[in-house]
Amino acid sequence: MNKNYIILGLVIFVIAVLSPFWFNLVTTTQAAPEPELSAKAKEAKKCVLNKYEMRANHMSLLDEWRDSVVRDADRMYTAPNGHSFTMSLSTGENSCLGCHEDKAKFCDSCHDYASVDPYCWECHTNPKEIK
Amino acid sequence: MMEKSRRSFLRVAGIAAIGLGAAPAMNIASSDSQGIAIAVKTKNKEALTAHRWGMVIDTNKLNDEIVENIIKACHSSHNVPDFDHEVDEEKYPDTRPVNQKQEVKWIWDEHFHSAFPDKEDEFLAEKFKHLGFLVTCNHCKNAPCVQACPTQATFKREDGIVLMDFHRCIGCRFCMAACPFGSRSFNFRDPRPFIPETNADFPTRSKGVVEKCNLCAERLAKGKQPHCVEASQGAIVVGDLEDPESEVRVLLSENYSIRRKQSLGTEPSVYYVV
Repeated sequence: MNKNYIILGLVIFVIAVLSPFWFNLVTTTQAAPEPELSAKAKEAKKCVLNKYEMRANHMSLLDEWRDSVVRDADRMYTAPNGHSFTMSLSTGENSCLGCHEDKAKFCDSCHDYASVDPYCWECHTNPKEIK
Repeated sequence: MMEKSRRSFLRVAGIAAIGLGAAPAMNIASSDSQGIAIAVKTKNKEALTAHRWGMVIDTNKLNDEIVENIIKACHSSHNVPDFDHEVDEEKYPDTRPVNQKQEVKWIWDEHFHSAFPDKEDEFLAEKFKHLGFLVTCNHCKNAPCVQACPTQATFKREDGIVLMDFHRCIGCRFCMAACPFGSRSFNFRDPRPFIPETNADFPTRSKGVVEKCNLCAERLAKGKQPHCVEASQGAIVVGDLEDPESEVRVLLSENYSIRRKQSLGTEPSVYYVV
């Protein structure tokens, strides 16, 4: 007699535990947005590291850059691929935003999707937004 | 079945260990001679360098107009908030009223008796009583703020500049208590509404960090003189204190100069020719 109750309980439990999966089966999920390259970035065809490494590790790269610029006064980064970049988020042509001109498409779209909220822009400024 | 002696086991194990140890060395030897390309971080070619940066301010060459220009050049280029600036209500609604005691400043003018309290005299030469002295961070050789900072947000760079890593500042204000010159200001509020024109070449600060003069480290890196030097019409000279040939050292050897609160032993790097 008790056996039936237990099995019923287990079935309900399994369904409940796996509910996120059932939910995803019936609803359509949004695909992760691709960072959209500006015309300038497309033309340049070179980034600091290859795009997979940039996607995975850009935050550690920026962290490394910050320490280098602030503490060692080394502001020039010559990447393994031979190209040189100014280690700066937003100042000048050779910085991140100098090439990837549209912050909304390049930074924000993915950060919003991944629900990360880095505080870069509390201090750093997007030159486009000032004017 | 083969019986293994301890001796033969150890022999085989030893050979295997050597083989394992040799593998990475063999790999490196067999890869191309270039090796793996490694990223290199360098200074800009045009960067100005020194063993210890210092500043000489010739007070005789300063007047009210020049002083004002210097302060303006510094503050506007470093996005230092001006709390007299009228806030744009559309962009920043509900900005609370200003408390003028919370001012932020990098360089400002001070009366002689405030800048040099230990040199005050009953019969002080008349000219000092009216002269404005430009004061800023002294980039001390033995900087007490660096010792006080619990997170190493304030640190002494190799070239003598006392610099701040704003990312790392937790806003404890120990450095402000430690600095005998009042050279540091705290951001009690978001400074952005009070920046008349934001300079895109320099970041602003956020609420809760301390800030001060950085001797225009961002300009020295580009081979340019600091803003105050450019605006001073020759009254301020910045250079290498350790180089006897440098302009600052020549000025110091030819003129009588004083420093602020020398008796405290912080060894300020800002000299005043009087």
